[in-house]
Amino acid sequence: MKLAYYPGCSLEGSGIEYGMSMERTAEILGIELIELDDWNCCGATSGHSTDKLLSLALPARNLAIAEEIGLPMLAPCAACYSRHRATEHTVKHDEKMRETIAHVIDKDIKGTSETLSILDVLANHIGVDKIAEKVTKPLLGMKAVCYYGCLLVRPEEYTGFDDPEDPQTMDVVLKALGAEALDWAYKTECCGASLLTSRPEVGNTMLYEVLRNAREVGAECIVTACPLCGMNLDMRQGAAEKVGNTKFGLPVYYITELLALAAGESRQAVGIDRHFVEAGSYLDDVEKRAAEIKAELEAKAQAKEAAASVEKDIDPEARQKKVDAMIKAFEKNPDKMAKRLIDDEERAAVLLEIISGDSKKAVRLAELMVDNSEKASKAADAFVTAELKKRDK
Amino acid sequence: MKLIPACAEDKDLISRLEADAGTNVNLCYQCGKCSAGCPAAFAMDYPPRQIIRLLQLGMVKPALQAESIWICATCETCSTRCPRGVDIASLMDALRREALRQGQTDKKVAAFNQAFLSCVKLFGRTYEAGILLQHNLKTGQPFKDAQYGLPMMKRGKVSVLPTRINNRDEIKKIFERAQELGGE
Repeated sequence: MKLAYYPGCSLEGSGIEYGMSMERTAEILGIELIELDDWNCCGATSGHSTDKLLSLALPARNLAIAEEIGLPMLAPCAACYSRHRATEHTVKHDEKMRETIAHVIDKDIKGTSETLSILDVLANHIGVDKIAEKVTKPLLGMKAVCYYGCLLVRPEEYTGFDDPEDPQTMDVVLKALGAEALDWAYKTECCGASLLTSRPEVGNTMLYEVLRNAREVGAECIVTACPLCGMNLDMRQGAAEKVGNTKFGLPVYYITELLALAAGESRQAVGIDRHFVEAGSYLDDVEKRAAEIKAELEAKAQAKEAAASVEKDIDPEARQKKVDAMIKAFEKNPDKMAKRLIDDEERAAVLLEIISGDSKKAVRLAELMVDNSEKASKAADAFVTAELKKRDK
Repeated sequence: MKLIPACAEDKDLISRLEADAGTNVNLCYQCGKCSAGCPAAFAMDYPPRQIIRLLQLGMVKPALQAESIWICATCETCSTRCPRGVDIASLMDALRREALRQGQTDKKVAAFNQAFLSCVKLFGRTYEAGILLQHNLKTGQPFKDAQYGLPMMKRGKVSVLPTRINNRDEIKKIFERAQELGGE
């Protein structure tokens, strides 16, 4: 798979581990990323809060470059993704605005580009089966919540690859890596990242609520696909802890970091050492748990296999001897055998009549008693029921 | 108390804001779903539903002066959930832009946005250290978030010098043409 690639400013700065792990992830899954030549900042929230035309023109310049490459464009940052999707939507549906934008960027823009989020690429274009194939170190025992934040799945008319209230794409990918993805209420709640410089008192409270809900459902870490959420949850977790006078200590991972780790990549290569909330020791815990769970599963599988092979390995001659002995017992003491098979005296008496008059049925029951006594009782019972029905008629 | 109708001027401005936002405030039947789901409503003077109500009543001035429009984090929850299809988030954007035009900003968020965009205009990329420094100087809080500076540098998350794109001239012209055509 080949994709045009728009890393965005954050993946080279505050979200550097997202950028590093994105490249590793692409390599693991065989995605060739062709970085847009001389791309510019999308303007993000500041752009559309200030000047509508500018907020469309800045992403449009990138989209014009992507149109020349002629491939769908991966934008891992949720804010970049949102701005480029919004611009694409406008260019495709508003011809007059498309012309104005083309004039402002002094480039042709046709509306043929398609910006993709990493979650869309992973879950819908690559697929969880292919991802699961690459997993060599499954994250068994990891208890995580998937945090989508606001801009990956909203507004639905621009994004549309997942549900805006209860998205699943990150959850299915995480499960394919072996981790447990817990259900929670703050999947798409805003973390307030855009307010943290200008209105920290508001932003920190929003951030606190997200972290609090994650802890309430029993999450031991948070997984994200947005560098703004990532930085906010990680770097400013200490500030959010002060809001509720509590300690969270929840490590925050990018989905790409976990994918690369599960596929055997080193921690350093994906930037685990660059986190603010210490993120290595939880991975140690998960490794220990994974080893235990794996050992347990293997032991169970072995026990099952052993049981199966015992059944298979029974020497046919020895079995025949047992069956013969059982047939003799039926011939000698049919009344005792009938009582062994059926508790109810009346029904046992009927069975005695059946086996006395039909040696084939007696042989069948003798075989079953050797192989599986429970099945023998059931068969005997069925014989009696059929006989009684016949008599009723 | 004397009741007066909203003046024609205000109604014109509201129509322009609706056109800019691509939405119609009169669709709103005041159910309050936007305010209930808004993650920042706890800090607002007028929650989203009331902002819409002000506009329905022709009261554009209090809407433009509301703290709310600067507390809105543009997370789009309101627009996604509105049963009447009112694009409240887009309206908040339009209100912010109009307030900026009239010089009625909260100073903090607008200062951040200006710092952000001036870096983009200069370099073609965001320059996080530069934005923070500029924002802090403009808002008179030079040491805000300074505790994050060194740890970020240690982790390779912020560079001392900005990354510049090659065709910075193209970006400068995009800013100029957008401004000519009616932006800021």
